[in-house]
Amino acid sequence: MSVNQQAHTGPPYGQPQPGYQGYQQPAYGGQPLPGVPQSPYGAYNGPMPGYQQPVPPQGYFPSLGFPSKGCPVSLNSDTSLAPNFIGSLRAPPTSEAPPPASGVSLPSGHLAYSQFGQGDVQNGIPTSAAQMQRPPASQPFPPGSAPSPIRQTSAFQQYGPTTAGVQQLSNHMAGMTISSAAAAAPPPAGLGYGPPTSVPPVSGSFSAAGSGHYTPYTATQGPPPTSVSQDLPLAQPPFPGQPMPAQRLPAPAPGFPPPPSSYPPTTVASRPPAMPGPPLPGQTVAGPPAAQPNHVSSPPPPSAMAGPHSGPPMRGLHGPPPPTHPAQPGYQMQQNGSFGQMRGPQPNYGGGYPGTPHYGTQPGPPPPPKRLDPDSIPSPQLNELPPQQKPRHRIDPDAIPSPIQVIEDDRSNRGSEPFVTGVRGQVPPLVTTNFLVKDQGNASPRYIRCTSYNIPCTSDMAKQSQVPLAAVIKPLAALPPEETLPYLVDHGESGPVRCNRCKAYMCPFMQFIEGGRRFQCCFCSCVTEVPPHYFQHLDHTGKRVDFYDRPELSLGSYEFLATVDYCKNNKFPSPPAFIFMIDVSYNAVKSGLVRLICEELKSLLDYLPREGNMEESAIRVGFVTYNKVLHFYNVKSSLAQPQMMVVSDVADMFVPLLDGFLVNVNESRTVIASLLDQIPEMFADTRETETVFAPVIQAGLEALKAAECAGKLFIFHTSLPIAEAPGKLKNRDDKKLINTDKEKTLFQPQTSFYNNLAKDCVAQGCCVDLFLFPNQYLDVATLGVVTFQTGGSIYKYAYFQLETDQDRFLNDLRRDVQKEVGFDAVMRVRTSTGIRATDFFGAFYMSNTTDVEMAGLDCDKTITVEFKHDDKLSEDSGALLQCALLYTSCAGQRRLRIHNLSLNCCTQLADLYRNCETDTLINYLAKYAYRGVLSSPVKAVRDALISQCAQILACYRKNCASPSSAGQLILPECMKLLPVYLNCVLKSDVLQPGPEVTTDDRAYIRQLVTSMDVAETNVFFYPRLLPLTKADVDSDSLPAAIRNSEERLSKGDIYLLENGLNIFVWVGVNVQQGLIQNLFGVSSFSQISNTLSTLPVLENAFSKKVRSIVSMLQMQRSRYMKLIIVKQEDKLEMLFKHFLVEDKSLSGGASYVDFLCHMHKEIRQLLS
Amino acid sequence: MATYLEFIQQNEERDGVRFSWNVWPSSRLEATRMVVPLACLLTPLKERLDLPPVQYEPVLCSRPTCKAVLNPLCQVDFRAKLWACNFCFQRNQFPPAYAGISEVNQPAELMPQFSTIEYIVQRGPQTPLIFLYVVDTCLEEEDLQALKESLQMSLSLLPADALVGLITFGRMVQVHELSCEGISKSYVFRGTKDLTAKQIQDMLGLSRPAVPIQPGRPLQTPEQPVISSRFLQPVHKIDMNLTDLLGELQRDPWPVTQPLRSTGVALSIAVGLLEGTFPNTGARIMLFTGGPPTQGPGMVVGDELKTPIRSWHDIEKDNARFMKKATKHYEALANRTAANGHCIDIYACALDQTGLLEMKCCANLTGGHMVMGDSFNTSLFKQTFQRVFNKGFNGEFRMAFGASLDVKTSRELKIAGAIGPCISLNAKGPCVSENELGIGGTSQWKICSLDPTTTLAIYFEVVNQHNAPIPQGGRGAVQFVTQYQHSSTQKRIRVTTIARNWADAQSQLQHIEAAFDQEAAAVLMARLGVYRAESEEGPDVLRWLDRQLIRLCQKFGQYNKDDPNSFRLSESFSLYPQFMFHLRRSPFLQVFNNSPDESSYYRHHFARQDLTQSLIMIQPILYAYSFHGPPEPVLLDSSSILPDRILLMDTFFQIVIYLGETIAQWQKAGYQDMPEYENFKHLLQAPLDDAQEILQTRFPMPRYIHTEHGGSQARFLLSKVNPSQTHNNLYAWGQVSREELL
Repeated sequence: MSVNQQAHTGPPYGQPQPGYQGYQQPAYGGQPLPGVPQSPYGAYNGPMPGYQQPVPPQGYFPSLGFPSKGCPVSLNSDTSLAPNFIGSLRAPPTSEAPPPASGVSLPSGHLAYSQFGQGDVQNGIPTSAAQMQRPPASQPFPPGSAPSPIRQTSAFQQYGPTTAGVQQLSNHMAGMTISSAAAAAPPPAGLGYGPPTSVPPVSGSFSAAGSGHYTPYTATQGPPPTSVSQDLPLAQPPFPGQPMPAQRLPAPAPGFPPPPSSYPPTTVASRPPAMPGPPLPGQTVAGPPAAQPNHVSSPPPPSAMAGPHSGPPMRGLHGPPPPTHPAQPGYQMQQNGSFGQMRGPQPNYGGGYPGTPHYGTQPGPPPPPKRLDPDSIPSPQLNELPPQQKPRHRIDPDAIPSPIQVIEDDRSNRGSEPFVTGVRGQVPPLVTTNFLVKDQGNASPRYIRCTSYNIPCTSDMAKQSQVPLAAVIKPLAALPPEETLPYLVDHGESGPVRCNRCKAYMCPFMQFIEGGRRFQCCFCSCVTEVPPHYFQHLDHTGKRVDFYDRPELSLGSYEFLATVDYCKNNKFPSPPAFIFMIDVSYNAVKSGLVRLICEELKSLLDYLPREGNMEESAIRVGFVTYNKVLHFYNVKSSLAQPQMMVVSDVADMFVPLLDGFLVNVNESRTVIASLLDQIPEMFADTRETETVFAPVIQAGLEALKAAECAGKLFIFHTSLPIAEAPGKLKNRDDKKLINTDKEKTLFQPQTSFYNNLAKDCVAQGCCVDLFLFPNQYLDVATLGVVTFQTGGSIYKYAYFQLETDQDRFLNDLRRDVQKEVGFDAVMRVRTSTGIRATDFFGAFYMSNTTDVEMAGLDCDKTITVEFKHDDKLSEDSGALLQCALLYTSCAGQRRLRIHNLSLNCCTQLADLYRNCETDTLINYLAKYAYRGVLSSPVKAVRDALISQCAQILACYRKNCASPSSAGQLILPECMKLLPVYLNCVLKSDVLQPGPEVTTDDRAYIRQLVTSMDVAETNVFFYPRLLPLTKADVDSDSLPAAIRNSEERLSKGDIYLLENGLNIFVWVGVNVQQGLIQNLFGVSSFSQISNTLSTLPVLENAFSKKVRSIVSMLQMQRSRYMKLIIVKQEDKLEMLFKHFLVEDKSLSGGASYVDFLCHMHKEIRQLLS
Repeated sequence: MATYLEFIQQNEERDGVRFSWNVWPSSRLEATRMVVPLACLLTPLKERLDLPPVQYEPVLCSRPTCKAVLNPLCQVDFRAKLWACNFCFQRNQFPPAYAGISEVNQPAELMPQFSTIEYIVQRGPQTPLIFLYVVDTCLEEEDLQALKESLQMSLSLLPADALVGLITFGRMVQVHELSCEGISKSYVFRGTKDLTAKQIQDMLGLSRPAVPIQPGRPLQTPEQPVISSRFLQPVHKIDMNLTDLLGELQRDPWPVTQPLRSTGVALSIAVGLLEGTFPNTGARIMLFTGGPPTQGPGMVVGDELKTPIRSWHDIEKDNARFMKKATKHYEALANRTAANGHCIDIYACALDQTGLLEMKCCANLTGGHMVMGDSFNTSLFKQTFQRVFNKGFNGEFRMAFGASLDVKTSRELKIAGAIGPCISLNAKGPCVSENELGIGGTSQWKICSLDPTTTLAIYFEVVNQHNAPIPQGGRGAVQFVTQYQHSSTQKRIRVTTIARNWADAQSQLQHIEAAFDQEAAAVLMARLGVYRAESEEGPDVLRWLDRQLIRLCQKFGQYNKDDPNSFRLSESFSLYPQFMFHLRRSPFLQVFNNSPDESSYYRHHFARQDLTQSLIMIQPILYAYSFHGPPEPVLLDSSSILPDRILLMDTFFQIVIYLGETIAQWQKAGYQDMPEYENFKHLLQAPLDDAQEILQTRFPMPRYIHTEHGGSQARFLLSKVNPSQTHNNLYAWGQVSREELL
């Protein structure tokens, strides 16, 4: 697995590079440029300039960089870049692509290297730049950078451009391969491996990979090239200098852009030599054979390495390098310093290498040569790509970890068997897999998912790994019909049996002792008497005889009937109420919204949620309309006609009537119907454009208070509330704040008024659902505060138009009204002694540090809970979670829903990494980051995310992965998608808004994501892209998804993309007319209207199939997705491309490959 | 002195004016020595069958500070077409329309018999009358039902084009929009929060600027009626709607122990609503309340049942927590209302007090009615309410609105003040005295609502110095100019000009004495006393009254020193002491046995009724019916209570028929049903008929009490009569009951 990961990394780099050239240049480029000036490198340098590294890069490439870089740091950075380059090199691999994906990935890594050599240099530079940047802090760069580069370069040159390059390449390659190999090995080894691999690898690999990585590798690999070896030696001695180069190399990367032109020749030339990266080949080779996945990566690397690297870089470097040499030393020093090990390794290198072979790298060596070639070949492949790109290396996108692959694998491996929850610490199938759950003592993953099912025993371990320990809890999750709802348990008047001390509820983990007279709490170990009415004898195994008769003893999820002690004011609650509050200002009336809502409500009211098999819903309803003032309606059944009561005193809201406001739908049917008929008429001629907002919520709140019940407000609102009233807002939208320290204010509410209001709402159990229909800025960040804190949902329909948005809105409304919901809820998560729930994310309010209060909680709302150690856990007893949710059902019954989950505990980090769930992790990270933007600059949030993930991965690399080249990116199997997903999070509108993203959108998304479950975040961040034209019209199945990259789209096909909020149907320009006719009912591409909001109903197999797919997807999501038809090369395509998350985004988001390179660099930085 | 009586009576009939003195002492010094001030009771709109209004504008004196109206007392130079103002002596040219004037062709206003004349003038737009019902819904079901019926019935009594509005209140205040089809719409206000007029208008959507005006569209007022019509609609248009709406009124549904009544806010909103939409037009806010305000501004008692509403005892002990604040609230409201020319009626029906004490100013200052009853489900309320809409002999409603009374005097006189249902317009001028009696410091008053019996007491001060004698035969003149909105919405001006002779008190005291109008004087003094009682301690007022009486007797009585039996008063003074005696015992000055509300209620009516009614209030009338002769008035004395008499007592507020012991026995024995005792039947019937006659015309309906000797209700009679026979002397044989006059 690790191999795969590594492989992946490799590729990513490769890709990045390509992308990089573009990206890096911009990003890094700026800096590099200065250095760039220098000839070919100059180009590179150009980018690097700032760093001066540019020069080094050159040197770098020369391999000198590598060797010299041996200085791990530089190397790392470079390597990372290198990988990228390699990736490009991979291009060749791509040709080779054939090699298993994993293999490919590895290759890519190599390629990257090779690329480095060549364009890599550039890439490398970029990467290096990246690295450099970080290191910059380390002074060496900046100051020495200029000089150093020179030195480095010189050094590089000295090293023998070719050799150096080769070495580097080889190194990279080696590293890659090795790592891959290692990785490959590890996987099999499994846990066992972990430790050994990790340890030895570290040192060994380090020597090899780390410092050696580059140098060593180069050395090793280099050895073959002689020059390499030379370099190595040189590098080693010069190390200081070398490291520098490494750094510099990165610099070059930036410079790359320019280089391209000039580079191509030079770099290429040099790279090839570097490519010789024979080592790479070797590595790759080794990799591939060993573990295809892991190895896969290796293969590519070689190629990459081979081609570009050696040649161009070297030369280029050489040229300029000379001068740099001096500097290099300095750099190296630094690098060395940081890479202490590295150096060691380097020296060891020679040995290391040998060692490497042992791992998997060994095999690598041999192949390297070949691969190298391939790498070089890849470049040719690159040729296929746009000219510019080609020259730069490209990592084969197929070689990097593919979400699609992972999802499909999990589906085929785990989709068929039910998931039985009896075993502690079992990792459930992915959220994307359809599976059944059998509750045998642990809560279904539909209720709780954890970032890891094996928790470190100590906080030190946890800190070291940086893996967040979090659970994503969806207490009222809807279950598929095949699964049974939690049983309702009634423990009688005394209420549920609980632990005396920690108050945990009776659950399967409680230990009955003394013949069943007492039980020991599984959370706090306190011993509690079993109440007489609950006593039961134990059987010979210590189980209660009635074990299977009692859900609370045998199941992970169940409900208790709460006694009056669990009710507010010690009174059983009344059934909740729904209050519909409709904006009737000019905009709402004119757009037809008011009429639409009223019409819909007439029928919708018959479908209010009801409990079990009750004949009619216990929920009462009330109606309010408002603009600048509020109108309440008396719809008492005894009235001949409804009565409207206007409250204009919005400054001091109150409810004007008690009797007749909240009514039973059936009793007041005719009056309600009459009212709903009249509302649109009454306001048909309104000219009132101003609205209020806070008073609307207050009114609902007061109404519920007066009726002494909990409930939900459905507010349909259109505009910024500027009318004179409490909670009045002003337009404060200011895009200029983006990317400034003040950006956070855009996410913060304008006034604290709504926070206080939310608090009151929560106290009363008044949940607020908000349907927004803005035509302009209406400050979602502020309006949403109450909704958010009361556990409500926001739905936003910008520029609402009846024709196009009606279906979506009505479907959302129906679903929202009908869905199962609990009120006045309080959730507490209890845990085994040793860990503690410390942080909570979601739509709720907390008045203390432990209780999550939600005025309303529906089946879609999710709470993410983070745990921290406050003591040690034991491997034997594991860690238990008990989530208790006290709520009022829709019939007004007070209940406690209990979910229990047992997790394993580990003393070995490898166990942790083997039981992680990336989707959940991303869910947590996204929520964490989205909360972060409230208090920190977005940039800081992004950096923190990257840094945490880098630490997670670095920790794995350091402690769990088998030794391998530093140039290799090794990812834990469970987390191999972490980079791609993380990149998606980083690119999301909240963290990196494009120009077309409004402030409201960002606030909306921010709140939306915060209460998403894992499945939703998964598809939200990595949308599902389905080739419709590949769909089998005869079966029910969906076509296999493809990865979110424009490269995957064919002009001749139609694709569907969904992210949980939108569905796009993308039509290529070359789609057969027949298909177009079948699907859209028009004769040609140009006639397709992109204003369609639904697909026309046509009687043919293709149309039916597509429509059934669309409706199936609609069913899956909690919100009705807006359907948008996108024609290729049409204006809307820009919007669509935004969702192709593996590509570089217009807003500056990195492509997957680039990001992977970047991560790799980060990781290497950490490791050094 | 018959001549003087006739003169007085004639003057009253023609001008609606009764002066305390009909010959005026000619100097300030002498005037003060007369004890009873020179003052008059003016009934501005006294019904005059023989007074057709003239349809032109009055001619005014051109002097800006005078502006007196041309009247029969003016000297006219027919040739020069000039007239001289008899108040300021300014010579004025007649307007062109009077070109044809001559000795034989005089306009009405110059003819002596037209000392009172009424002009109809065309000024401003005529706006229909407005009736705004403010209805308490915190009532018992029966009461509410009865009230609803009364209100529905009243719709048919209103002028067809009158605008009508409805505000209901309980815990909240609802302003009903009346023009809605299919849905009934109301604006609701919190009952605990006072709002400014502006806020109210904003909240009711009555302030116009908010509406975006389309360019090119005139910004004219035509929109105003449209806007206000949402709450005030012509009765003929929304008759059905409103009837239904009233029919659907529910009791205030909020579950509370003591009903939460937001009377203060409801009134405030009513006032604000009219203020914003129809300032200075005739409008009645009619408040129907079934209990005291219990929340919000103007609350009179808390919502806890355990605390009873304040009593006189509490007020004396300064224990009435809410009184001052509430009074202030209602006073502010009343002043605003009065400023807008609207009036507030209070119909309070409850067994306990309803806070009239605090709310009295609303009716007092605006000329509104105040009606107090036990329940809305009584004929007292129902008929009283119906009588509000009574029509006069000419088929016109007996109500007028937005009147202003302007008083002009000749130089020797100044105006000291007025007492009645009016407010000062603060019109300073040369004829305004520095000494105030009643509402002074002005020569103009506003009377927001008045009917043909509304009577003001106006006090003057003689300012002529003793050393500047008035020429022989000189006359003092007073002109009363009352501008008002007639119930037909016409603007009218009634001008009354009177003149009296000056007399030197030293040489002609007997003339002055003879021209003393003791009835008017009694009422005028009583008004002063009651007015003082509002602000002073009861005993102080009584002492003041006593002192005045003593001084009067001293001045005009004839007696030998130290010989009480020698004391004699002339005929023109003979009844005066008796009035004062009963006044001292009246509920207007005595609070004992009356709740603060009752006192306010009595005083309210005393300050506005005409002379006859006022006298009845001061000294109830007692008629005796017996076989010994025709019905005769008898002394209001316990000695008048005889076994073989039927007594009919009219106190204005109550009509008591009391059967003497024997009569009662006869009645029980059923003699009246025996043909042979038909005369007894007639005897029994006679007082009933007479009572009925009184009941027919009296407003408000008096409480009608039919009782007999020993009956519990007999207390009403017994509390009024002069207790000449008490437990001390009733059974003392042979002792002659003594007339107690003092």
